[in-house]
Amino acid sequence: MTQEQKKGTIQEINGPIVTIRLPGVQNGEQVRIGSLGLYGEVISLEGDEALAQIYESTEMVRPGEPVEGLGHPLSVELGPGLIGGIFDGVQRPLEEMFLKAGDQIPRGLSPLPLDREKLWHFQPSENLEPNMPIINGARLGVVQETETVEHRVIVPPDIEGELIELAPEGDYNLEETIAQVRDRQGRVHHLKLFHRWPVRKPRPYQSRDNGIEPLITGQRILDTFFPLLKGSKCAVPGPFGAGKTVVQHQVARWANADIVIYVGCGERGNELVDVLDSFPKLKDPYTGRPLMDRTLLIANTSNMPVVAREASIYVGITIAEYYRDQGYDVVMLADSTSRWAEALREVSGRLGQMPVEEGYPAYLASRLAAFYERAGRVETMDCGKGSVTLIGAVSPPGGDFSEPVTSHTKEIIQTFWALSKELADARHYPAIDWVDSFSADVGTAAEWWHENIDRGWEKRRAQALAMLARDAELSRIVNLVGPEALSSAQRWVLEGAALVKDGVLQQSALDPVDTFSSPEKQFMLLDLVLTVYDEGAALIELGVPVQELSEMPVLARLRRCKELYDSSQTDQLKAFRDEALSDFKAIHSEYAQRGEQTA
Amino acid sequence: MSAKEYRTASSARGGLLTVADVPNIAFGDRVHIRDQQGNTRNGQVIRSANDEVLIQVFEGTAELDLESTWVRFLDEPVEIALSPEILGRIFNGLGEPRDFRPPIVSNLRRSISAAAFNPAARTYPREFIQTGVSTIDGLNSLVRGQKLPIFSASGLPHNRLAAQIVRQAKLPDDDSRFSVVFAAMGVSYADARFFEEEFASSGVLGNVVMFVNMADDPPVERLTLPRMALTAAEYLAFDLDRHVLVVMTDMTHYAEALREVATAKGDVPARKGYPGYLYSDLAEIYERSGRIKDRHGSITLVPVLSMPSDDITHPIPDLTGYITEGQIVLSRELHNQGIYPPVHISPSLSRLMKDGIGKDFTREDHPHVSNQLYALYARALETRNLASIIGADELSARDRRYLEFADAFEQRFVQQGEDEDRSIEETLNLAWDLLSSFPPQALTRVNETEIAKYHRQSA
Ligand SMILES: Nc1ncnc2c1ncn2[C@@H]1O[C@H](COP(=O)(O)OP(=O)(O)OP(=O)(O)O)[C@@H](O)[C@H]1O
Ligand SMILES: [Mg+2]
Repeated sequence: MTQEQKKGTIQEINGPIVTIRLPGVQNGEQVRIGSLGLYGEVISLEGDEALAQIYESTEMVRPGEPVEGLGHPLSVELGPGLIGGIFDGVQRPLEEMFLKAGDQIPRGLSPLPLDREKLWHFQPSENLEPNMPIINGARLGVVQETETVEHRVIVPPDIEGELIELAPEGDYNLEETIAQVRDRQGRVHHLKLFHRWPVRKPRPYQSRDNGIEPLITGQRILDTFFPLLKGSKCAVPGPFGAGKTVVQHQVARWANADIVIYVGCGERGNELVDVLDSFPKLKDPYTGRPLMDRTLLIANTSNMPVVAREASIYVGITIAEYYRDQGYDVVMLADSTSRWAEALREVSGRLGQMPVEEGYPAYLASRLAAFYERAGRVETMDCGKGSVTLIGAVSPPGGDFSEPVTSHTKEIIQTFWALSKELADARHYPAIDWVDSFSADVGTAAEWWHENIDRGWEKRRAQALAMLARDAELSRIVNLVGPEALSSAQRWVLEGAALVKDGVLQQSALDPVDTFSSPEKQFMLLDLVLTVYDEGAALIELGVPVQELSEMPVLARLRRCKELYDSSQTDQLKAFRDEALSDFKAIHSEYAQRGEQTA
Repeated sequence: MSAKEYRTASSARGGLLTVADVPNIAFGDRVHIRDQQGNTRNGQVIRSANDEVLIQVFEGTAELDLESTWVRFLDEPVEIALSPEILGRIFNGLGEPRDFRPPIVSNLRRSISAAAFNPAARTYPREFIQTGVSTIDGLNSLVRGQKLPIFSASGLPHNRLAAQIVRQAKLPDDDSRFSVVFAAMGVSYADARFFEEEFASSGVLGNVVMFVNMADDPPVERLTLPRMALTAAEYLAFDLDRHVLVVMTDMTHYAEALREVATAKGDVPARKGYPGYLYSDLAEIYERSGRIKDRHGSITLVPVLSMPSDDITHPIPDLTGYITEGQIVLSRELHNQGIYPPVHISPSLSRLMKDGIGKDFTREDHPHVSNQLYALYARALETRNLASIIGADELSARDRRYLEFADAFEQRFVQQGEDEDRSIEETLNLAWDLLSSFPPQALTRVNETEIAKYHRQSA
C-alpha cells in the first residue's frame, strides 16, 4: 500500500508535547518529527494544527523543523520472532538496539521489531486448499517459534474471502508471501508470516466464555486462598517494597500458561535484567524447557520517556491477544499500571485538561476499564479457545488503597492480591494480606480442585481462613488484657494460626525448593497443618496443657516441611505426617490412661 | 558561533522569563541573560514556539527589567566539561568551579541529560560491598551498582552515616577504594564543611568530585546539580573504569526546588503540590546507577533525603522508595536512646541483597540469619508493645526472652562506633551470639545444618 507521505513543520515544543502543522493528518496517526525523526503520535487536532505526543526526548528540537505523517496509527508487528525477545514501549527490539547503538538508547533509531532475514520452517495446514473460502483468524499453518511455542500463522482479523494460493512446506522469511487471499471486493492480499495490528484496537473474537480452570502459579497463598481463573483480571496493589514485582516474577516463572508477557512499565531496569538473566536458566515446571522460550518482555523503564510508557501497556496486550487468537492461554503481567496512569496524567496535564482527582483526568476510570476488558477467555474466530489473563501491579502513593488508581481498579478486577507493609516489614513473604485480599472465583476454582486434587479443598481452605480471622480477634484481646485472659483452647488457636502462617502462607521465592509448590503439595501441607491443629484441639479437651503441645519438637519440623520436601516428594511428606500424628497419639494415650486412673 | 541574541523579553515571573518573536530556538537550549548592570544569569528553554520562548532562569528574575534585558541563546544543551582533572575539584550546579581554581578545559563536553540506559546493556549487580556497618551488611546489604537511599529526618545523623560508608566501603578481600562523587543540594555551610573535612581527613579528597549548592544558592541550580554529578560519575565509571560511589544530599531540597519551578510554570500538582512527574524526574536521576555489560566500572548510588515531619508516606520518600532498590531508614526513637547508627531495620530493605550474599559471596548462612533476625525482631517489637500495655511482669517466660532480645539486638547489633569497621564475618558471628539466646527449635528461618554449625548451644 503506497501512500503519499504528508509533510509539515513543528510549531511549538513543550516537553513531550509538540504542536505541528501537518495538513491532512489524522487523529492517532504516527508521525516523525524534527531532523532526528523522533517517533510520536497525534493526540488531537485543532484547526490546521495538531498536537503530537513524542515517544523520545525532544531536547534540542526546534520550531520550523520538518514533520512527516506515516499514514497509520501506532501498530505492532505480529509474527514469529517475538518470543524470547525484549522490546521497548513502542516495540523497538532492545537487544538489536544495544548491538547497533551501544549502552544508551539513541533517538530517532527505529529498527524493525521482527528480523526480516531469519528463515522459518512453515508447515501449511492440511485442511486448506486453493479456492476454498477462508475466514479471518483461520490457521494457515505453523512455524516452530521456540522449542516450546508452536506459532500458528493466522489470517489477519480484517481479511477474509477466498484462498487463492497457499505456500508449500519450506523455509520462508517474513517478507515472503505464504498465502494469497481474495477478499469480497476482489482485492488480493499477499499474506506473510506476520501482520500488523493497531495497538489501541482490541482484536476481534467470536464470543466470550466463562473461565473454567484456575491459573496455577505454584504460590500457596494465591492458588489455595485467592485463586485466579485463566482469562480473569487481577490486581496486585501494595506500597513500595511489599513484593509486587516478586509476585509477578513468580507468576511469570511458575504459572501453567502457554505464553507469558511481562511488561515493565515505568519500573526498574535491573528488574528486567533479572528476568533476562534468570529465565533462560530456569526450567518450565510443566515442559522442562527454558522459561525464556515462552516469555516476552516489554520494557519502558522509569527513566525512559513517559509517553512511550502509556503505549507499552497496549503493545503488550495486543501481542497477548495475538497469541490468544492462536488458541493459547496467555498471561500478561503489567508492572506497574500506576505508572501508566501517571503517564496519562502527565499528558493530560500538558494538554491543559481539567484534572478531577489527584491531578488525574476524568477519563482515568474508563481507560482503565477498557484496558482490563481486553482480558478474557474467548472463542477465537476459528472456533478455538484462548485466553488472556491480566495481572496488573498497582503502586498507590503512600500505600493508600483509597487513591484513584487502586480504587478504580478494584471495581474492575475479580481477584485482588493486597500486599501489606506490616507483613513485609516482618519478612512474612509473600506479604499478601489474607483479610484485604479476595477472589470472586473460589467457587469455580473449587470444582477444579475437587476434581483434580482433593474433595476436601474448599472446606480446608475455609477452615484455615476462619482460624486466621479468629486469631486476629484473639490477638486483639491479648493486646488489651494480656495472654492470661485466654483459655487453653483459644491459645491453641493462636498456635494453629501461627502454623498456618509459617508452614503454609509463607513461601520464599528465593528458596530453591519452596519457590514452587504443586497443587498436590499445597493441599497436603494445608491438610497436614490443620490435622495437627485438630489433633491438638482434641488433646486440649482431654486436659493436655497448651504449653506441652506448643513445645512439641514436631512443630518446628512441620514449619520446615515446605522447604524440606519438593513437589515430587509427596511420599516423604506422607511419612512425616504419619510420624507427626503418632507423636500426638502418644500424648493422647498417655492422657487417656491418666484420665482412666483418676476416674 | 551560532548563538543568537534578543532584547524582546515580554514577561518575567518568579524564575520564568518569556521572550517574544524568537524563531527556531531549540527546546532545552542554554541561555545567558544579561541584566542592566551587565551581570549574566543562566537559563534554559523549557518551551519554544516561534512567537514566544519560555526560559527558566536559574538565578531568578528579581531585578530584571524587560527593556534592558539581553537574552542570548547559546544553541547548546546544558553540558559539563570532563577530564580526569575533575577529581579533587568542587563545582556548583552549573559545573562552574567553586574552589577558586580555573575551570576544566577539555574537548570532552557532555549533555547532562543523558539518554536512558538500554536494559539490554545492563548487567545485574551482585558484588557485595562491605560497609562495616552491621545493620547494612548483615541485614540490608549494598552491592556494586545499587541505588540505596538513606531515609532520614532533621536532626538525625545521616551525614555521619553517609561519611562512615564512604570511609569504609570496599569489597571484602579487596582493598581498592571507591572514587566518590558528592552532590550537595541546599545544604548548610556546616554540613558542606563536615563532608569536606571528612574527605580531607580520611585522605580521599583527591579521589572525590564535589558538586555543591548551598542553602542560600539559587534553588533552580539544584535541578541541574545531580545531573552534573551523575554525568561526571558516568565518565569516571564507564570512560575511566572506576567504581564510583555517588552520595547525594539532600534529595528533599531537590524535590522542593522542582516543586517551586513546577508551580511557577503552572503544572498540575498531584500530591502536596508536587508535580505529577516527580516520579519520572527522580527516576531519571536514580536509574543512572548500575553496571553495564563489558564495562569495568560501576555507579553505586547512596542518596540521602530527609522525610518531612518524619513521614515516610510523604511524596518524596514514597516516590523514592518506589524507584530505588531498597532504603535504609533512620529512626528518631533509636537516636533518642543514644543508639548510633539509628537504623530502624523493619522498614529498611535492600532488594539486591538476595543475589549478592550467601555461599560464594559472603557466607552460606547469611540469607537465613538475616531473615531470622528480622522475624525475631518483628515479634520482639510486638512483645515490647504488649509489655507497655499489660506490664512486663505479666509476660510469659517465652515472651520475656523476646523482650531481652530486642534490647540486646539494638544495643549490640545495631549500635556500633562511628569508626567501628566490622567485617561481615564479625557481623554474622554477632548475629549468632544473639540468636543463641533462643533454643534451636524457636529458630525456624535458619536450617538445621546452620544451627548445628553456628548455634552456641549446639556447638
Ligand atoms: N515471596 C518472597 N520471597 C522472598 N522475598 C521476597 C518475597 N516477596 C518479596 N520479597 C522481598 O521483598 C523485596 C521487595 O519486593 P518487590 O521488589 O517485589 O517489591 P515491590 O512491591 O515491587 O516494590 P516497588 O513498588 O518499589 O517496585 C524483594 O527484593 C525481596 O527481597
Ligand atoms: Mg516492583
